Amino acid sequence: MMPRTPRGSRLPALAAALLAGASLAAPAARAADPIKLGVLEDQSGDFAVATIGKVHGIQLAADEINAAGGIAGRKLELVIYDTQSDNTRYQEFMRRVLQRDKVNAVFAGFSSASREAYRPIVDQLDGFAFYNNQYEGGVCDGHMIVTGAVPEQQFSTLIPWMMEKFGKRVYTIAADYNFGQISAEWVRNIVKENGGEMVGEEFIPLGVSQFSQTIQNIQKAKPDILMTLLVGTAQASYYEQAAAANLKVPMGSSVNIGQGYEHKRFQPPSLANMYVTTNYIEEVDSPSSKAFLAKWKAKFPNEPYVNQEAENSYLAVYLYKQMVERANGSTKRADLRKVIAAGDVCVDAPEGKVCIDPKSQHASHTIYLAKVDEKHAISFPKTWDGIQPYWLGKAGCDLTKKDPMAQYTPSNPPKP
Amino acid sequence: MDLLTHAFTFLYQIGDAFSFLVLSACGLAVVFGMMGVINLAHGELIMCGAYVTAATTRAGLPLPLGILAGALAAGAVGMVMERLVIRHLYGRPLDTIVATWGISLAATQGTLILLGSSMPGIGTPLGSFTVGGYSYSTYRVVLMVAAVAVLAGLYLAFNATRFGTLARATIQVPHMAEALGVDTRTVYALTFGLGAALAGLAGGLYAPTMTIVPTMGTTFIMEAFVTVVVGGADIFLGTAPAALVLGTVRALLTTWQGQLFGQIGLLVAVILVIRVLPRGISGLILRERA
Repeated sequence: MMPRTPRGSRLPALAAALLAGASLAAPAARAADPIKLGVLEDQSGDFAVATIGKVHGIQLAADEINAAGGIAGRKLELVIYDTQSDNTRYQEFMRRVLQRDKVNAVFAGFSSASREAYRPIVDQLDGFAFYNNQYEGGVCDGHMIVTGAVPEQQFSTLIPWMMEKFGKRVYTIAADYNFGQISAEWVRNIVKENGGEMVGEEFIPLGVSQFSQTIQNIQKAKPDILMTLLVGTAQASYYEQAAAANLKVPMGSSVNIGQGYEHKRFQPPSLANMYVTTNYIEEVDSPSSKAFLAKWKAKFPNEPYVNQEAENSYLAVYLYKQMVERANGSTKRADLRKVIAAGDVCVDAPEGKVCIDPKSQHASHTIYLAKVDEKHAISFPKTWDGIQPYWLGKAGCDLTKKDPMAQYTPSNPPKP
Repeated sequence: MDLLTHAFTFLYQIGDAFSFLVLSACGLAVVFGMMGVINLAHGELIMCGAYVTAATTRAGLPLPLGILAGALAAGAVGMVMERLVIRHLYGRPLDTIVATWGISLAATQGTLILLGSSMPGIGTPLGSFTVGGYSYSTYRVVLMVAAVAVLAGLYLAFNATRFGTLARATIQVPHMAEALGVDTRTVYALTFGLGAALAGLAGGLYAPTMTIVPTMGTTFIMEAFVTVVVGGADIFLGTAPAALVLGTVRALLTTWQGQLFGQIGLLVAVILVIRVLPRGISGLILRERA
């Protein structure tokens, strides 16, 4: 061991030299400098399946905007880091993009755990971050814009529709961390509000891949609807195992299809009879969606699938452009928030019209109900236009008045 | 719902947990028990078996041959690993931990870079059967049979073949075996290859039931280590009874309180066993015998 240390000890010096060089090279800001956007997404590791498209969505939007002359005459420049599905990397890179790279806004994060890992750093360093991901809801933080769909958008549409069609007995299986726990709470509340009954609820630790017992528990409870809020590739094994055991309960989900395009990756018919509410997937059959998809496939011909988060990331760049232009070219957070507070920051996205709600700084969405059939083909039995992220505002989060920088849940709403 | 259905349900769950533990752990047990090498890349050898099985099956090979191909491929990878890395680290268990962990990281990320973040599945064959209102996957029964067959096969390999005799001789007193003309390097290489092939077999057998991704090895390795630690160094006196005990613990707790308690139960069992029986179940049996 000992003889190796001298070589190793040069590394810190080398790193210090590089850092010094980088800081010397940074010029003073000028008016025509590019607008820098930090992109922290998982291009490797556990979540890479669902998140590579997010980076591409931002690249596509930035290229289009630059080709059309940029934002208020300034080009967009992307600073992209691979966060490797690792929460520590999020914290490390978030400090780096805000302090060293001095980006104007950051687009970051897939899992709720990673978002909660970096959010305090954004708050502390007064950054401005876009979380372009579907999640369990509740973040009331003036430093954050959320373009992903939230439970009130996905469940208040999906669950009443499914209960009307299949029956009122509901069973939930969910990943055992903040996303699954809070989403399950949403399911519970919405089922109760609509006169249904919870006949079971099971939380599965992340990384569990064997589901025989769970499948049997579900059979025992005989639900009409099974809500699957499973996350990650290990838990995804559930569907194959349930199909092999011939479990035929209609499934509802807020996470499958729209993020990990499981209907393409899994062998049919393991996802047959699954219903998902999503604000975009590449099967959405509208002129704006088709035009978007054509541009995408031209730029990234090897993209396996254009998912919900890819579209969210793409439209987030356009929302940012809209805000900066309305603020007369300013990228200061205070100016942008004044624009948001006016309440009419909207863009025509591939999914349809998307606006930012000034109270929660979350986005309104067109919600598509996607049905997966035996052959894993997608159809859309129903579409809801302009579904608002209503819950936070109703519960008492009003970012135009105060900024609590907190995450709330239905059982722990903002204090008046 | 009568008693018979309850009994079947419970036995099926124990069998399911037992087969998963045995198949995950036996490759690790061979390598650790016989060679004292702690192989943290065991999960990646399982992943290798699953990938090869999925790829060959999708290319048109029947599933049983695909699983065999997965086992052979993982075995070959294991032999290469032994030749390049493990061979230089015999008798240094701590160093093998670091080296194999490095191999594990490199294998996971390498697979991700070369083959992408996931591979299309191959579907579970054989359909389902029904007992008293519950439906079960038939393939799970195949997995249980496979677990028992693997144990029987290993017993024969170590007790009824020349390789088995040489391997046991080499493991017991290496320098004496060498003095008697045994090529211990080859025996070590073959034993490591066997452990790797068993890992590949587990991956191949579970490939039709799981999502095939570069990180899939991690879902096996915790169970594998728990089983080997509880079992101790001997496969037949250790791994098999440990898998039975832990399978029962897991089935009981999961039925009672859900998956989380099943996992907690496994870890608590390990803590209790290493406190009471530092050499595992086989250590206890062998001490009493001696």
